[in-house]
Amino acid sequence: MDREQQQRLQREEHERHEVIERVEPMPEPAAAARLHRELERTWYVPSGLIGSLCVVDHRTIAKRYIVTAFCFFIFAGLLAVLMRIQLAVPNNHFLGPDLYNQVFTTHGTMMMFLFAVPVMEAMGVYLVPLMVGTRNIAFPRLNAFSYFVYLFGGVMLTVTLLMNTAPDVGWFAYVPLAGPDYTPGKRADFWAQLITFTEVSGLAVSVELVATILKTRAPGMSLNRMPLFVWSMLVTALMVIFAMPSVVTSSSMLLLDRLVGTHFYNPAEGGDSLLWQHLFWFFGHPEVYIIFVPALGIVSSVIATFTGRPVFGYPAMVLALVATGFIGFGLWVHHMFATGLPQLGLTYFTAASMIIAIPSGIQIFCWIASLWRGRPRFHTPLLFVLGFVAIFVFGGLSGVTLASQPFDLQVHDTYYVVAHFHYVLLGGAVFPLIGGIYYWFPKMTGRMMDDGLGKITFWVLFVGFNVTFFPMHILGFEGMPRRVYTYPAELGWGPLNLVATIGAGMLALGGLLFLYNVVKSHAAGAVASANPWNGGTLEWSVPSPPPVYNFLYQPVVEGRDALWERSADVPVVVGIRSDCREVLITDVMDAEPSNKVEYPEPSIWPFLCAVVTSAFFIGSIFTPWALPVAIIPLAITLIGWFWPKSPRAEAPGVAAPVKEAA
Amino acid sequence: MNVPGQIERRRVLDVSALPDSAFGYNGLVWWGTVGFMVIEGSMFVIAIIVYFYLRLRVENWPPGLPNPDIGYGTANLLVVLLSVIPAAMSKSAAEAFDLPKARRWLFVLTLMGVGAVTLRAYEYTALNCRWDDNAYGSIVWLLISMHTIHVGTDVTDSAVLLVMAYTQPMARKRFVDLSENSLYWYFIVAWWIPIYLIIYWAPRWL
Amino acid sequence: MMQSMFHPAGPVAQRIASLGWLLLAVCIVVYVLVMLVTLWALLRRRPVAEDVPRTTRRLTRTVMIATVVTAVILALFTVSSVVAGRGLASPTGPGAITVDVIGHQWWWEFQYRDVTPSDFVTSPNELHIPVGVPVHLKAISRDVIHSFWVPNLLGKRDLIPGQVTNTWLQADDPGIYRGQCAEFCGHQHAHMAFVVVAEPMDKFLAWIQHQRAPATGPASDEEKHGHDAFMHSTCVMCHTIRGTDAGARLGPELTHIGSRMTIAAGTLPNTRGHLGGWVANAQGIKPGVRMPPNPLNPDDLQAVLTYLGSLR
Repeated sequence: MDREQQQRLQREEHERHEVIERVEPMPEPAAAARLHRELERTWYVPSGLIGSLCVVDHRTIAKRYIVTAFCFFIFAGLLAVLMRIQLAVPNNHFLGPDLYNQVFTTHGTMMMFLFAVPVMEAMGVYLVPLMVGTRNIAFPRLNAFSYFVYLFGGVMLTVTLLMNTAPDVGWFAYVPLAGPDYTPGKRADFWAQLITFTEVSGLAVSVELVATILKTRAPGMSLNRMPLFVWSMLVTALMVIFAMPSVVTSSSMLLLDRLVGTHFYNPAEGGDSLLWQHLFWFFGHPEVYIIFVPALGIVSSVIATFTGRPVFGYPAMVLALVATGFIGFGLWVHHMFATGLPQLGLTYFTAASMIIAIPSGIQIFCWIASLWRGRPRFHTPLLFVLGFVAIFVFGGLSGVTLASQPFDLQVHDTYYVVAHFHYVLLGGAVFPLIGGIYYWFPKMTGRMMDDGLGKITFWVLFVGFNVTFFPMHILGFEGMPRRVYTYPAELGWGPLNLVATIGAGMLALGGLLFLYNVVKSHAAGAVASANPWNGGTLEWSVPSPPPVYNFLYQPVVEGRDALWERSADVPVVVGIRSDCREVLITDVMDAEPSNKVEYPEPSIWPFLCAVVTSAFFIGSIFTPWALPVAIIPLAITLIGWFWPKSPRAEAPGVAAPVKEAA
Repeated sequence: MNVPGQIERRRVLDVSALPDSAFGYNGLVWWGTVGFMVIEGSMFVIAIIVYFYLRLRVENWPPGLPNPDIGYGTANLLVVLLSVIPAAMSKSAAEAFDLPKARRWLFVLTLMGVGAVTLRAYEYTALNCRWDDNAYGSIVWLLISMHTIHVGTDVTDSAVLLVMAYTQPMARKRFVDLSENSLYWYFIVAWWIPIYLIIYWAPRWL
Repeated sequence: MMQSMFHPAGPVAQRIASLGWLLLAVCIVVYVLVMLVTLWALLRRRPVAEDVPRTTRRLTRTVMIATVVTAVILALFTVSSVVAGRGLASPTGPGAITVDVIGHQWWWEFQYRDVTPSDFVTSPNELHIPVGVPVHLKAISRDVIHSFWVPNLLGKRDLIPGQVTNTWLQADDPGIYRGQCAEFCGHQHAHMAFVVVAEPMDKFLAWIQHQRAPATGPASDEEKHGHDAFMHSTCVMCHTIRGTDAGARLGPELTHIGSRMTIAAGTLPNTRGHLGGWVANAQGIKPGVRMPPNPLNPDDLQAVLTYLGSLR
């Protein structure tokens, strides 16, 4: 039996690799309907309470990710409003120092780790498989697992704040303040373990995205035809893979210092507190680009569609994205200019921090050129992107001033920096994200959002944003440091702070309008066609919302803008099994068909594994024995996860010929 | 755009003859394995950087502690290096779809892995430091434990694959899993060389 | 009182302010230009038929020129930063005095060393410096990371546990400048301020001479009562009053507290009323501060305040 199988498999290895190109009649509508029914059965999305925990479908999981991330965004945004109320007038007693420190730490941590990175990756999880023309994301069970780990981590942080035991050491958790001597209790441990939660899920999603992008693109989508959004997700995922290990390692070391008495950061025993800063910012600076690079992809998508022309300078855009990814790793010390490092090093980091403005500049110039030569249609998504240009260029320029080490010594850790990074993160990432939601909402839900209300929302948010954050530049010049829960009246910071608080109210109102629009449109928006904006990327070739299998026939791509450049007969791939979850694997550079794999069915095991993993993470805040206790259940869930399905279904068989095409 | 009724024929790319899995970088599994190898490798790199960073902070190394004893560590290095042979044999057998041979070598690999884990337990007794002695002790324990977790994980993985190979029908793609298991083992072996040198020899040389 | 980087009162802050004006001016011009071009790109009248290859050529050229201009501006910024930064690391002339800066959660201690240890001067939360000469600062931290910062005089320098960091400052005009901790250091980071008093050399020397003296003994009965109440209360567990039995070093030295402008690390002006509130219940003013509430009876409290007020 073994011998027979071996000979057959060896024979196949040598014989079965031919891809046949041919011309055939268009399938009968009945055949297409039959294929649709079979694919729907094969790629079913389970429902019900247990079923919904078993889902491995990338669209469902991405939507959960996006909704969850926006819940954290709203929560952390409300925390920001609390901070603004506290700071509205001098010597305010609205929040005490203890609560204020918890609130600003949770605000930063939540925005960075539970909103910005996950929501961008979620956009990738939803859109990348559709844009590259495949049926699901690679490693779908890992995707399900990553979502639950993320959810449990986020719930943990939220609960700690509601229980008044949230971390209070800042989202950067500098030691020794966050170490065992100066923050007794468990507050800093919750922070460190939240990092572990989010990094595990972020890293898993990144591996999925890299594999999806490099190996499952539709035939014909060579690297130089990949949509810019997909390029931006590829760069982001690779940055996550290289940056996050640093913070996982360093936050684990912090946890060990606090839990079992290691001395990594204890200067009295040969440790070093600056070590933490190096490791944290080696991750922390790329983190900014991890948030911002996907937004660049959204901007390019929106500009292409709403000018009706491909983005100007595709090669320059791709090179700029890749360059940003590389240079982003060489700047971390500009967060440490005040620590007294050697002058020569500071000069290098000043220069490197200046240089990263060049790729950003190139992209801005290319977008302006695109707007110039295209015919802009001023719908809500484009408005948000234009708002992005206005805000991001400002934030980018203030970033250039921060790169200057002597200037930074004055404005470092002041409200000037607060203003700067809200310009680049809110303006640079959240504005495009909201524009992107308006743009892809019809694809995700099948309904259009209200464009008129969207425009009003844009103006409320745009004005509110500038009213909130522009005065902070001046507050920085006037010497107001960050992370203070109050300030004396004599320094004259009161009026500008009051203005900023009023702006925060406008931002909250804008957020409410956006939320209302989402809820209203989801229930009763105009029904969306497959391609309501006349976009050029593959996600617009399938119905809105897409069927569970994404593409009835996997497309063959003939140009950079797949829909704008495809020929009239719409060439497709046939010969992929529809009776199991088979997916075509193509090669990295040219997307030539190479082989096929079968994706796993829905399963409860990723959920169970996430439960055990989360219990282990939370348990290890309290005792090192969590590790030995968790090992056995963890192993069981992993074995369940990877155990082959029933022998019948997996029996080695020749790929069944596709029925509808003779 | 495709207007129904006007176009009656279309070009298709028939991929039904393509294999339903592939070894190495042609296949999808390889990319997942390598993705996690890169992530875990980055963590090792960070830990090694921390080691040398902490080294620069003090005069003597190890600070106020004896050097680790090299006996068990070196023995483990030999075991781990030798285990490359069964790993390579099971990999090539898997890629030739030779199930009996792949199973045999996977069995040897698992046994050697268990041996490595056992030796590792003795290694902890020969470090001559505790994790809470000072920063040197902390980083030594971190490095060796990070590696131990990887060895333990892959030995478990091999054992599970072994059970699977004896009890389950082996579809084509299961041979890919066998092959990637050896790849991951190479990764663990490759990292043990620098970590061994750092743990046992760096205190003597630096 | 202000703490503003664009009102420099010394050479260090002056250099940074000049650099800052250069950076800001160039950036504002660039911003306005980019926005104008964007508006033009959006609103321009579009010809019915466009010569696509020609447009592409022109756009390519424009983008390239813009990129080169960006690079030139960034190079200019880098060079001017390096030039400005060179003078900040160490003073151009010889230093007049050296002051040790010690950071605590949440107050500052400035120590003026001398050849004889008994002549050491410790001044909590008030840094006195002579005008017109460079002052070296050697900064250490007793607990977590703090950052020393007086915007009118110099940029930040972190105080890192286990390390000594060096910086320097110089005030060219006599005056009082406010500084504040700039690195988040826990609960009361917001209330970790200090003042820099810059005065002519002769006044500075007189000040330091005065600070060297031990505390004056209690003169009146009320002061005597206050002295005894102080010495029998928990105050002595943390504070030093040189010339008395109080010699603990956990909190700020009080030998000359009557001469200081502020209390509680720049939180309150040093008036009898504020001091009374502070001594009785510091937690109400600065929650989380290391100083516990002091349940003194009203007579004792008033006497202690009189005594502390006499320590000039």
